[in-house]
Amino acid sequence: MSARFDSGGWLARAMGRGRGVLAVDRVSLSIRTGEIVGLVGESGCGKSTLGRLLLRLLPARTGTLRFGGGMIEAQADRDFRRRAQVVFQNPDTSLNPRQTVSAILQRAVDWFDMAHGAAAVTAEIGRLLDLVRLPRSYADRYPHQLSGGEKQRVGIARALASRPEFLVCDEAVSALDVSVQAAILNLLRDLRDELGVAYLFISHDIGVIAHIADRVAVMYHGAIVEEGPVEDVLHPPYHPYTELLLSSVPLIGKGRTEATALPARRVSPDPGASAGGCKFAARCARRVGEICDSVTPPLQQVGPGHAILCHIPLSELAAVPHWLGTQHLSEERPR
Amino acid sequence: MNGWTRISAVVDMRDAPTIGAALQVDALSVAYASRTGWLHALDNVSLAIPPGGVLGLVGESGSGKSTVVLALLGLLGPSAKVEAQRLAFDGHDLLRNAAIVRGRRIGVVFQDAAASLNPALTIGTQVTEPMRVHLGADKRAAWQRGTELLAEMGIPRPAQVMHSYPHQLSGGMKQRVGIATALASEPDLLLLDEPTTALDVTIEAQILSLLDELRRRRGLSMLLVSHNLGIVDRLCDSVSVLYAGRLAEQGATTEVLHHPRHPYTKGLLAALPRPDRPHAGRLAPIPGGLPDLRAPDPGCNFRPRCAFAAAGCELSSGR
Repeated sequence: MSARFDSGGWLARAMGRGRGVLAVDRVSLSIRTGEIVGLVGESGCGKSTLGRLLLRLLPARTGTLRFGGGMIEAQADRDFRRRAQVVFQNPDTSLNPRQTVSAILQRAVDWFDMAHGAAAVTAEIGRLLDLVRLPRSYADRYPHQLSGGEKQRVGIARALASRPEFLVCDEAVSALDVSVQAAILNLLRDLRDELGVAYLFISHDIGVIAHIADRVAVMYHGAIVEEGPVEDVLHPPYHPYTELLLSSVPLIGKGRTEATALPARRVSPDPGASAGGCKFAARCARRVGEICDSVTPPLQQVGPGHAILCHIPLSELAAVPHWLGTQHLSEERPR
Repeated sequence: MNGWTRISAVVDMRDAPTIGAALQVDALSVAYASRTGWLHALDNVSLAIPPGGVLGLVGESGSGKSTVVLALLGLLGPSAKVEAQRLAFDGHDLLRNAAIVRGRRIGVVFQDAAASLNPALTIGTQVTEPMRVHLGADKRAAWQRGTELLAEMGIPRPAQVMHSYPHQLSGGMKQRVGIATALASEPDLLLLDEPTTALDVTIEAQILSLLDELRRRRGLSMLLVSHNLGIVDRLCDSVSVLYAGRLAEQGATTEVLHHPRHPYTKGLLAALPRPDRPHAGRLAPIPGGLPDLRAPDPGCNFRPRCAFAAAGCELSSGR
């Protein structure tokens, strides 16, 4: 799928001078039933746009969307809305401060016609609170009476109200402290196991992705540059961008000398730049030459389900150091 | 360049450095007035940074990290009650008059570089301002030194960037400008409040390398406030772990982060998802939430959430 954002005002567009930004460029992605696919990348790479494209919250310029065997039209119907839901990053802005938890949840329950009659609705709200491990007494609280983690649980409960098969979690744990984040990550994993929901789990934090996802897609500048099972993507051969990401993560116990990462070329990508050539070429420390700027890199199959979009031969990529290899702390793990 | 050397020589004579800790904080307590009583944001916190040392101050939201920074700068508003046995920087009493050294000998870098730069002024005006205000540098010398500083921060085409406005720079570049501005008055201590939290991880790595280089080359002392244990491990000699306004654990980085003793530090490390351990089973969250800061616990304030709490924990805060 592709998405392009037109920049400039209506006047510029009317005069044909509008300069668009290709936010997502011909991306293909498949997610199986009950699978968690992590989408990792830096700000502006198009992660959230891709998430919204998959939910048909944004119109795609090209491409098709299939869901559970059927084609989903550009104008999504209520049935698709019911089956595909979203959890947002910031529960402070995604929950209405003037509604109680029960009103917030009831709205979703009513909208999707999930229960009829007051007693059934109350029971359904109770079920949702149970699912996210919140006491039923929380139904009468307002968002400001909840902690950050509790608010995010309400956001998850609301997304689950329609009994969806697919959830987009857009930085769903990024606003939380680690001690709370861990509980939400555990909850999301449990819910997948209990309900068989599939997730597209969008995060900039590769540690979070490594923890929760079955498969990972690494996104750069509107394209997926590497995709595969978590263990494979975290091991060489890496796409040079995956390598840059992993080498940049400040890991406890990694030591100071190693952590200095790759000498990434300090060129900020121009989102308006034309397609053709590798999108990462301008920053790539392993750039091979002219070919990187002019020819679209091939998708090289590394192993089952693991692919890298790069001109560099796999044998050469396999020779780079394993950035996460040294587990100094494995025996010293607290508790 | 010559103009600059002369200026800094004058300054060095004026403030002859004294020996001892660059920063010494003894028993700092801060309470904020609220409608429902005093909010005890910091309770008996002591820290010390030796000259050239880098201390990491870690903790989750609400732990009081940023309050420490504001107290050191004397920037807490009238609603705050600040008490300390000692709050000293190189012989100066920060409790009484922090303004003398603030921005001059103590530089600050805040989390949101975009918000701390004035959108209506050029980068050059903002980078040179500390030199003109604090060091009395003339405009040309300051401009030249500013350009050099930007180059030192790894900013490409510094002469051109001096004439740019903040919106023309990326987030990472703005943070580099923020650091350059903090360094412009040649401070001895740099306070960094979540300096890379708003940045992407690859840019964060560049900024961390830059900070590491600065402390090695200039012997700058730093206080790095962060919620990210990884960057503290990367940059700091020693660590202080804050929990709800009190120190939970303090010591050398290798001790605190590699062999944690306090249950809270252990808990933080166990809750951290790590890319080098994919699918490492369930994470161990810390149950419960922050205690009510309006009613300080006479015992250990982590007790209600602690897996090791025992009889006696309610009696004293347990040092």
